[in-house]
Amino acid sequence: MNFEVIRDYLPLYFKAFLLTIKIGWIGIALSLGIGVISAFILHFKIPVLSAIVKVYVELFRNTPLLVQLFFVYFGLPKIGISISAEACGAIGLGLLGGSYMTESFRSGLDAVPLSQTESSLALGMTKGRLFTSVILPQAFTLSVPAVVANLIFLLKETSVFSAISLMDLMFTAKDLIGLYYNTTECLVMLVVFYVIMLLPVSILGSFVEKKARFKMFGN
Amino acid sequence: MGFEVLLKGNNMLRLLGGLGVAMYISLISVAISIVLGIILGALMTLKNPVINAISRVYLEIVRIMPQMVLLFIVYFGATKVLGINLSAEISAIIVFSFWGTAEMSDLVRGALSGIDKIQYESSMALGMNTRQTYFHVIIPQIIRRLIPLSINLITRMIKTTSLVMMIGIVEVLKVGQQIIEANRKSSPNAAFGIFATIFLLYFIACYPISCLSKYLEKKWEK
Repeated sequence: MNFEVIRDYLPLYFKAFLLTIKIGWIGIALSLGIGVISAFILHFKIPVLSAIVKVYVELFRNTPLLVQLFFVYFGLPKIGISISAEACGAIGLGLLGGSYMTESFRSGLDAVPLSQTESSLALGMTKGRLFTSVILPQAFTLSVPAVVANLIFLLKETSVFSAISLMDLMFTAKDLIGLYYNTTECLVMLVVFYVIMLLPVSILGSFVEKKARFKMFGN
Repeated sequence: MGFEVLLKGNNMLRLLGGLGVAMYISLISVAISIVLGIILGALMTLKNPVINAISRVYLEIVRIMPQMVLLFIVYFGATKVLGINLSAEISAIIVFSFWGTAEMSDLVRGALSGIDKIQYESSMALGMNTRQTYFHVIIPQIIRRLIPLSINLITRMIKTTSLVMMIGIVEVLKVGQQIIEANRKSSPNAAFGIFATIFLLYFIACYPISCLSKYLEKKWEK
């Protein structure tokens, strides 16, 4: 281990780290939005739209992100749709994540027992009130574990961005290894930066999961 | 649109061959993961503190490290640090088995600890011995829970093996790039057709498997 090398590379890695986090979280925000909207569409069985959502979910859940990114980044420009690498990364992650989030939110909504709806109606609640103060809070709590798992999965998937020449952590590491051959240092820094990025999410995630469980089941 | 490139020469066959390489790596890794995962998962239910500590660290590493980073560590790091020259295929199989074993062991542990104590007690009350309890009561239930989840693991493995092109294995994406490069002059739009085809190929490979997993899960739920 050569610590001078590590010191020299640190600014490069840090820049890449910020870019990875930026695109990662934009993608995740997109995926949450897509997920919530699609889950509502599926839950309320809105005609036409729910068929589209079903096709979208199956298509994106059953293909790898790398293939999706290649299609969007190299394929679409050929039919006149050009997107920058950064936007492509965020959109790709958003679409992939959206399909996973849809499933999590939908299963959360479906898991709220029917008796909850029936008793709220018996108490004289309006449909709107029933949905916002009875169904939604429970559905959200039920979907927390799956959403946390998706968050970690999506942040991990950002490592694929290097394939469309986004200067993320993976790309920087590969580049520096190719240029200066300090393989050990580069790989160690790569691991350290991914740990910094993902360990807090993992720990916070388990904490939120426990809180949600306590709120739901009281243990 | 660039789809005509597929019909030239044996381009379509080459793409399918590339998908075959990805499938081959994922099936070997799944087989290794299932065997090692069952062993590790069973060990985890023993509640031995040492095994528990080690497996928790192991699961956390797999949980937060992207598979691509693991691939780089094994493929580039092993050569540099240990002086072992691993071929790309072997490193890919090592990494995906490492990842799959963690996933599988967690599933096995979940399935084992999900079986109520009452199942054991009622079997005892019916006069079964330990061997009969396991063979006729516990193991059939575990298998029913595990099979859909392991099939699901196969689709995830197939999707993840698309990463192996980054360490230089010639699989479907790499073949696609080669075809695009070779036909740059004659059909400049090949990138669209080829990548759309690869997208569909992956879908066709994974969709039936995930349907089967969902179907079995529903069927055996009751």
